[in-house]
Amino acid sequence: MQKLSYVHNKNLKEFAKDKKDILVLTADLTSSCEADYFKSAYPDRFISCGIAEQNMMSVAGGLAREGFIPFVHTFAVFIYRRAYDQLAMSIAYPNLPVKIFGFLPGITTPGGATHQAIEDIAIMRALPNMTVLEVGDATEVETVLDIAYSIQGPVYIRMLRGEILRLFDKNEPLKLDTPRILSDGKDILIISSGICTEEVIRAVNALKNTGLSIAHIHISTLKPFKNNIIKNFLNKPKYGIITVENHTIIGGLGTIIAEKLVEYNINKKLIKLGLQDTFAHGAGKHYLMKEYGFDAISVINNIEILTGSKFNIKKEYLEKIEIEPMHSLAKPEAL
Amino acid sequence: MEKIKKIADKIRKRVLEHTIKNNGGYLSQACSSAEIFASLYGGLMNLNPIKEPLVPKPFMGVPSPNNKNYLPGYYFNGEHTRTSDRFILSPTHYSLVLYAALIETGRMAENALDDFNKDGSSVEMIGAEHSPGMEVMTGSLGQGLSQAIGMALGRRLKGETGKIWVFMSDGEFQIGMTWEAFQFMRHYKLDNIIIYVDVNKQQCDGNINSVMQLGDLSDKLNSFGAKGITINGHNIDEIWNAAKQEHKEKPLVVLCNTDPCCGISELKTNAGKLHYIRFKNETEKQRYLEELKKLEDELKKE
Repeated sequence: MQKLSYVHNKNLKEFAKDKKDILVLTADLTSSCEADYFKSAYPDRFISCGIAEQNMMSVAGGLAREGFIPFVHTFAVFIYRRAYDQLAMSIAYPNLPVKIFGFLPGITTPGGATHQAIEDIAIMRALPNMTVLEVGDATEVETVLDIAYSIQGPVYIRMLRGEILRLFDKNEPLKLDTPRILSDGKDILIISSGICTEEVIRAVNALKNTGLSIAHIHISTLKPFKNNIIKNFLNKPKYGIITVENHTIIGGLGTIIAEKLVEYNINKKLIKLGLQDTFAHGAGKHYLMKEYGFDAISVINNIEILTGSKFNIKKEYLEKIEIEPMHSLAKPEAL
Repeated sequence: MEKIKKIADKIRKRVLEHTIKNNGGYLSQACSSAEIFASLYGGLMNLNPIKEPLVPKPFMGVPSPNNKNYLPGYYFNGEHTRTSDRFILSPTHYSLVLYAALIETGRMAENALDDFNKDGSSVEMIGAEHSPGMEVMTGSLGQGLSQAIGMALGRRLKGETGKIWVFMSDGEFQIGMTWEAFQFMRHYKLDNIIIYVDVNKQQCDGNINSVMQLGDLSDKLNSFGAKGITINGHNIDEIWNAAKQEHKEKPLVVLCNTDPCCGISELKTNAGKLHYIRFKNETEKQRYLEELKKLEDELKKE
């Protein structure tokens, strides 16, 4: 299992090296959002805004109008809770190429409710012109910049920091509106995003020898969600579908899949794992995922509910599972 | 200066005419800011000329990746060049005044106000980015200045010499974001921004002092590191001289004390309810028609 650190910090510095139109804006959370390597390397292109997110958002809009590509970095909560009107009117409405990096998604911080972005996808997805991306591993952290930079409009990125696993092959970059098919199967379909994908990989590995056939799909583009890849998978599972997200179950991945099921006229049972319409509190990531029921064990428990079988998988066993970088099963021509 | 005075009087007259025709309008805003708009569009700002007065395009849809026809309203302000200035109207409740100023300075066609607040028109009541003269999306109060800052910083990074002129209302100084903006301008020593504030002491709920007091605005601005000066906002000489004030490494803020009833004394009967004028009955309308006649007579004399 490959664990990397400062992935974004190193990558951003390298990515922005020859792209002089990139400016980085922060609101007193520069190293907390891994933008300090950029700051040291290109101080002229670094704009410290202080604890003043509303001004920062509108300034970013103004800079974009003059031809720059502002990369705004702060904690996700302060983007959409504190400066939403500015984000909507100074950036999203004029469809300006401002790239917004929201750190500490969901329960990835012990900082408690004030720091945990649990409804950001719901809100950002509702905002016209906004593209919404979420990274789930080191490969996606490294490659999300190419996508964000290439889009001619605003992009919101649910970003990870610190120590991050490499779940996906280094040579398989994040692609816009392209699900990663991690396994195929006819009994159960699990669709996960962000940090939940690691949990689902553990659960699926643990059930390998049970005879259960599980399809697992990882989602990194939450908007647009227009791909047809998912349709065939939604049709397949005998027992039902489980979505797993580090977000409230209202308005995020679970809701997207529910919308798709209705749109395609597919009648399948859907279980949405994630925060069940509740705020969380300050504690460790694994503790909270267990408490709120979207860790690997919870996934297995819900598979048991859908299938009516018992698998007797122990928590200790799940933790020991070694994860090697995975390849997407989808063939390029099928995408 | 005579020329500017005439533009100001014509702005007032045009907005009054329009208010009478539509049985309502943002009239007091024209009374308080006519001299400021006349000065800005009458030569204070370095805008590129327009060949002939432009006819506003119909509403062409909102900006989106699929809308190839979209065009912001800044084409009324002339071609954007490295040396030309930009104008940001922050409180778009002044849109009617801006439209009148565009007409009276030969940038917009005479009859453009026929489209005002008409379905499918870009000449909107509370203007948006696609409305005549508009550079950015404002109207959510407080956001104009910060967007202007982004443009000013961007232009400085590109080595452009053109300035950004911002029109603000005094009510916007109740907003926290405004002070975030001043803090930022001081930190980055931005001096390519000039802000004219219509200090008419009015806001939607009534007199500013009854809604939320501002205290000494000039003191506050200077302590935030801006160059704040106070003038009589109806005195054209003072408006022009203010722009010449030195403001090295800091933004210039011209606080224009104004009278929201200036030039139309009938408005005084609406004291405390000046944000949007709506005639209560026919006799009231008649009194405004008499005011219009007075303005017309004065303009004839000029």
